[in-house]
Amino acid sequence: MKENILKIEDLVVAFSMYKSGTFKKEKLEVIHSLSLDVDAGEIVAVVGSSGSGKSILASAVLNLLPGNAVTGGKITYKGKEITKERQKELFGKEIAFIPQSVDYLDPLMKVGKQVQGVFGTDERRKELFSKYRLEEDTKNKYPFQLSGGMARRVLITGAVMGKPDLIIADEPTPGLDLEMAKETLDHLRSFADNGAAVLLITHDIDLALNVADRVAVFYAGTIVEVAPKSDFLAGKDALRHPYSKAFIDALPQNGFKPIPGSQPYAGSLPKGCLFLDRCPYKDDACTAEQAEREIRSGKVRCAHAS
Amino acid sequence: MMKKTLNRKIVISIFICLAFFYLIIIFLWGMFMNPAKYGVNYADKLVGPCKEHLFGTDAMGRDMFNRCIKGLSNSLVIGLVASVFSSVVALIFGIASAVLGGVTDKVIKLAVDLCMGLPHLVLLILISCMLGKGSLGITFSVALTHWPSLTRIVRQEVLQLRSSQYVKAAARMGKSPFTIAVTHMLPHVIPAYLIGLVLLFPHAIMHEASITFLGFGLSKEVPAIGVILSESMNYITTGKWWLAVFPGIMLLIVVILFDLIGETLKKLWNPESGNE
Amino acid sequence: MLLEANNITFRYTEKSPLILRDVSINVAEGDRIGIVGPSGYGKSTLAKILAGYEKPTSGTVTLDGAPLPMKSFCPVQMIYQHPELAVNSRWKMAKTLNECWHPDDFFLEKMGIEKEWLKRWPSELSGGELQRFCIARALAPETKFLICDEISTMLDVITQAQVWNILLDTAKERNMGMVIITHNLALAKRVCTKIVKAQEL
Repeated sequence: MKENILKIEDLVVAFSMYKSGTFKKEKLEVIHSLSLDVDAGEIVAVVGSSGSGKSILASAVLNLLPGNAVTGGKITYKGKEITKERQKELFGKEIAFIPQSVDYLDPLMKVGKQVQGVFGTDERRKELFSKYRLEEDTKNKYPFQLSGGMARRVLITGAVMGKPDLIIADEPTPGLDLEMAKETLDHLRSFADNGAAVLLITHDIDLALNVADRVAVFYAGTIVEVAPKSDFLAGKDALRHPYSKAFIDALPQNGFKPIPGSQPYAGSLPKGCLFLDRCPYKDDACTAEQAEREIRSGKVRCAHAS
Repeated sequence: MMKKTLNRKIVISIFICLAFFYLIIIFLWGMFMNPAKYGVNYADKLVGPCKEHLFGTDAMGRDMFNRCIKGLSNSLVIGLVASVFSSVVALIFGIASAVLGGVTDKVIKLAVDLCMGLPHLVLLILISCMLGKGSLGITFSVALTHWPSLTRIVRQEVLQLRSSQYVKAAARMGKSPFTIAVTHMLPHVIPAYLIGLVLLFPHAIMHEASITFLGFGLSKEVPAIGVILSESMNYITTGKWWLAVFPGIMLLIVVILFDLIGETLKKLWNPESGNE
Repeated sequence: MLLEANNITFRYTEKSPLILRDVSINVAEGDRIGIVGPSGYGKSTLAKILAGYEKPTSGTVTLDGAPLPMKSFCPVQMIYQHPELAVNSRWKMAKTLNECWHPDDFFLEKMGIEKEWLKRWPSELSGGELQRFCIARALAPETKFLICDEISTMLDVITQAQVWNILLDTAKERNMGMVIITHNLALAKRVCTKIVKAQEL
């Protein structure tokens, strides 16, 4: 068995917000009992629609949530919980983050200095620049002077500066053309092949299927199914959760047949199974909260899955 | 953590209401005050703070508390007129600059930079002297010098709106520029404008007090914080501390209250920080 | 009706590089032309020019030989990639929906817009729900051509299929012409009658 790097158990994230136009605060739960683990040497892709809260997952792991967030559950890294003290020595060294765009860089600081950060050395930076085909004088440029592809490579360079064991990539490809997207994914693949764990968060299922070992389907604030990539490629019959099946069916290259309805809003979730309102197989068993079950080397939250 | 932040919004709202209430009371009290209350009374010269005279009296036996209230009330009137005038100028200039662009934009931007480049106080004194000092001079000078920063805010807001997709889409749906300005843009500009207006207030009051203090503003007979403070300078070395301290604190409270109201409104209206 | 773009060339300022060079494209009623390809080939710029949002540096866009109307309702309407930017955040949804025409209940049901959503603010709806509003808003009876710029890129695949099925039904029913810009070849193959590669523009 491979070493477990990241383990998320029953993560709950809620925001306390004002109801519009009133003085009442309400607790809006955006992530509900989410569990996921990532082992060394594998890429796990979390796939969900934009705005469904999957970026919050990355923020939760990296402790980047805003002040009005309340969290529950447990996040462990290499078997030990990530505490405030521990996070200081982990983040930027063992745990790295590849953000969505260069907007995450300081626009007024030269790229070389930013990439090197406080822990990196000049030799390591040189080595990485040559590895990612960045000219040596790139280090003297400012973020706005970088082209899309270069910017992406700079972000990756910054992330892997400390030879991380866990890389979290949040939507690393939108805005890139196919070739550059593929290149970025190849980089992720090579990290994993060298023993790192990669958590890839994306809305693009095609992309996820290209590179990931396992795919987690994110729906309405939780992960309803985790399955090996091969199950997704095999088609809907190999999958476990009715949402995953509907998902595969709706792809343009497959049936392009949608099921009715939309993802429930965080404030008005159905009781029990989150997919209840749209599920063709619903019955009494679905009104209870759906526990995670293991079926055929995958995990699923559905009482009827087989 | 939840409990502590639970009622932040209510607390803030109550605070804003109280602050407004306080300011309105000072304003009305001063407006309708019997002039005899802050009149000359040589029997009670330079009395320290006591029951009858909370803030004491000055060299001519005038009750400092009543004079303070009347003075603040006057300051509020001048501040109100000046900020409303300034903000209307800012609104018109800001919108014109963003919508018309070209030469208009350049001229307005130049005027803004010019106004902001000159030391504020010098400009205030110049305009006030030109108009013969007094309440007219001071109101105009404050009004004419406080529009640039708000103009910038309005211009920026309108420019951003103009390039937004829904405004462009509205134009392709055949809506006239006027309809777009009123229906699409105004709802976005108004909050920024109102906050700017509230934040102008403390500036206006401060500047009115300071040029009056320097002797370029309201005349000696008018009860005004600036006059009170400059007179008190003559007595402060002789230990008549109450002449400067109480009026100073009163002015400070009014200015800080306005500033706090503006800043909290800004936070509440801004969706980014509205939930904190 | 025929929407024609003739020899379109575009650059933002005189010094900036050319984004489009001598591009011509014809869209007839009932055509659904897909423009597929990676970013950086001026697909979105072409979309904006076709819908009259940008003026080409040289070349013309004509509708049955006449230039696009600039002051009145334009029969060529466009739908954007980010629906949350295409609606006024300080308007309730009902106002946005009825901005240029008044869809009836039957139409709303067909679009999958629930009545209850009309009372909400844009921030209270998901991207897929907002995109339905943007589509409904653009589908006025006078609309003859629809330009779709990556309209389902930000939606999940189920919503994507829902939205496109609705859109295709309406387009076929009204015999509308469409220009569909996407990076997703599988999607283009599903919805278009003809596919052009962005590199070959």
